[in-house]
Amino acid sequence: MDLALAPETLARWQFGITTVYHFLFVPLTISLAALTAGLQTAWVRTEKEKYLRATKFWGKLFLINIAMGVVTGIVQEFQFGMNWSDYSRFVGDIFGAPLAFEALIAFFFESTFIGLWIFGWDKLPQKIHLACIWMVSIGTVLSAYFILAANSWMQHPVGYRIDKAKGRAELTDFWAVLTQNTALSQAFHTLSAAFLTGGAFMVGISAYHLARKKHIREMKTSLRLGLITVVIAGLLTSVSGDVLGKVMFKQQPMKMAAAEALWDGRQPAPFSIFAYGDVDKGHNTVAVEIPGLLSFLADDNFTSYVPGINDVNRAEQQKFGPGDYRPNIPVAFWGFRWMIGFGMASFAIGLAGLWLTRKKFMLAQHLRVGDDEVPHLVVFRNKTLGPKLTPWYWRIAVWTLAFPLIANSWGWIFTEMGRQPWAVYGVLQTRDAVSPGVSQGEVLLSMTVFTALYAILAVVEVKLLAKYVKAGPPELTEADLNPPTKIGGDTRDADKPMAFSY
Amino acid sequence: MELHDVWFVLIAVLWTGYFFLEGFDFGVGILTRLLARDRAERRVLINTIGPVWDGNEVWLLTAGGATFAAFPEWYATLFSGFYLPLLLVLVCLIVRGVAFEYRAKRPEENWQRNWETAIFWTSLLPAFLWGVAFGNIVGGVRIDRNFEYVGSVGDLLNPYALLGGLVTLTLFTFHGAVFTALKTVGDIRVRARRLARWVGLVTAVAALAFLLWTQADSGDDKSLVALVVAVAALVIALVTNQFGREGWAFALSGLTIVATVAMLFLSLFPNVMPSTLDSDWSLTVTNASSSPYTLKIMTWCAAIATPIVLLYQGWTYWVFRKRIGTQHIAADAAAGTAH
Repeated sequence: MDLALAPETLARWQFGITTVYHFLFVPLTISLAALTAGLQTAWVRTEKEKYLRATKFWGKLFLINIAMGVVTGIVQEFQFGMNWSDYSRFVGDIFGAPLAFEALIAFFFESTFIGLWIFGWDKLPQKIHLACIWMVSIGTVLSAYFILAANSWMQHPVGYRIDKAKGRAELTDFWAVLTQNTALSQAFHTLSAAFLTGGAFMVGISAYHLARKKHIREMKTSLRLGLITVVIAGLLTSVSGDVLGKVMFKQQPMKMAAAEALWDGRQPAPFSIFAYGDVDKGHNTVAVEIPGLLSFLADDNFTSYVPGINDVNRAEQQKFGPGDYRPNIPVAFWGFRWMIGFGMASFAIGLAGLWLTRKKFMLAQHLRVGDDEVPHLVVFRNKTLGPKLTPWYWRIAVWTLAFPLIANSWGWIFTEMGRQPWAVYGVLQTRDAVSPGVSQGEVLLSMTVFTALYAILAVVEVKLLAKYVKAGPPELTEADLNPPTKIGGDTRDADKPMAFSY
Repeated sequence: MELHDVWFVLIAVLWTGYFFLEGFDFGVGILTRLLARDRAERRVLINTIGPVWDGNEVWLLTAGGATFAAFPEWYATLFSGFYLPLLLVLVCLIVRGVAFEYRAKRPEENWQRNWETAIFWTSLLPAFLWGVAFGNIVGGVRIDRNFEYVGSVGDLLNPYALLGGLVTLTLFTFHGAVFTALKTVGDIRVRARRLARWVGLVTAVAALAFLLWTQADSGDDKSLVALVVAVAALVIALVTNQFGREGWAFALSGLTIVATVAMLFLSLFPNVMPSTLDSDWSLTVTNASSSPYTLKIMTWCAAIATPIVLLYQGWTYWVFRKRIGTQHIAADAAAGTAH
């Protein structure tokens, strides 16, 4: 059998494609739900119309996006049984539970309340309608936590025992699975990255309109909200990334050694900026390094010993028998860097933006603007960004939208490929996880079908988003400003068209 | 009653919930071609399920997740064995969800027509395929000693399973027609009632044949009771529909679905996936289930979460209880874009 088309390889490709694709929508869903809920709360509390228009605008983009998140999520759940049936047999006792919890607790919550929110503008009193979007937001976060706990168990299995007679792993402590430090730090890191994504999305789209002097009131508010989100989430993402990194150095030394292309253990260990190496011989031919930094990242101490790829490989061979226990080193090394690089870039742009558009009272008199004017980008108290640079800043701000999406994708590619050859670290290898009864042709067909479908839907979705982004916030109607007082809507005019219909 | 028996019942309940709720969703999707005369009527149909279809679909995700957690062997055998039909179902569910959300997002005629075509086919195919899948689960398939499915795709298209597909297809269409009569006003309501009569008669013939076949093959006293309830409910549903008692008709078409699923699971028990090669290789509630500890945790979760889910999902139906007709659909083609 040609190895490039072996069922295992194809199944892995399919898992990678479906996961990365699904995760383009997930972080936006998580963060836009909360941000939209925040804007709607501002509308309910202040009754300023700009907040309602912003709510409707971002809510619309949120819905276009969540539709894709929901439908691609179905594949995520079912592919374990379809392509990885031996995995399901071996660890279903443990891995199935968080998935079932996720469906029972979070999916029902999200999907029911999103329906109420979409169609409920003229059916629900204002505060109940507002509560619905907060419910959706809670649902998205819960859902993320359960699935991340499941993934964390693959990275660092806890609370289980192997039943030799039955030939499977069995759960002994569910609480440990849900609350182990891997799950906590992974959830912390992923959720803050999700908000970085949503914040950058807001910044990019608001900047697009402000650069054209359109919808200034709503977009100024959105820009500030987006920038603040980017900065806070960016900070939390780096802090949690550091925490998660330290956890991984202890639990998955191979992954972190691969992330650094650190072939042999060193004390103190340097952080590599750039490396080019020879995987077969197991060393780097070119390396640009910051001395001691890796020791600090791994252990909070600039002089600690960090084991290298070759050391860990030898240790695992002794423990698990002969074999090659190294992941794809270039992918791990560069994936780790792209993740950090793009994440940090969006954070830096957000920080710069927050400073350039700071509050009125911090500016010189002649640089202050009213509510309906595009803000000057002020570098120092009396000095604005030059006329040449200003359009560039807006342009860069628009591009920022894509940075966290790239960072997220590489983050998952890094963490999943960095675990290879293990499906469950130290317990089950990926090659033993695939479905033995599924043929090469079947996997190839399903991968082709999903990839083609995803490609088409991506084009459709991006075009729709672009259309609604360009259209800007909607004009408000009489009905928008007079929400119903009774559940089920007002009965005064029985033939009035619905506020929203498919 | 052991925990794995409890979970057998719970999995049956989840599938029942899925077929009851998404059943009329699928039916309504099929009716966009059989009943609606123009775009306005198609939109009335789509909007009867607009706020709820997504929540209804979660019953499937939960049935899948719960099977994974409670019966990993069953989940693995079923999903890897019925690979291609499931692939088709997944593609349908993806396109269908996107079709509902995106159809009204652009005003162009082509765009809207294509998504409407998609809604019809992606409702019809799963409605048929789920019956085929369950026909094969109950009827038994070629499973070897390692619990691997060793049959082909063609084996899944046997007469008994195809008849099962016809039953779910017609039953869901009937259920959807009765639901439409309950949820709409005007001309479409009258026509939905009329259509329900004809679809119901076809359903009755197909269901009676399929259920008797099941009873003869693998039934016992309990499954016979369920069979009688299913057939009686369907007949009374037809009568109440005839007299325009829409609420009763819907309750009874729902009861038909409940009793039909119950009948299938009763004739399945204690197997979850019988093998036609050797009865020793059949997957049963004991050899396919998770450890008692996992089942205990899951039982707690289900016991607490399920009633709450039923409460707020039920509340949704209360919020959107008003009937809708063509007058409630904003006239401009891009109504969905106005907000």
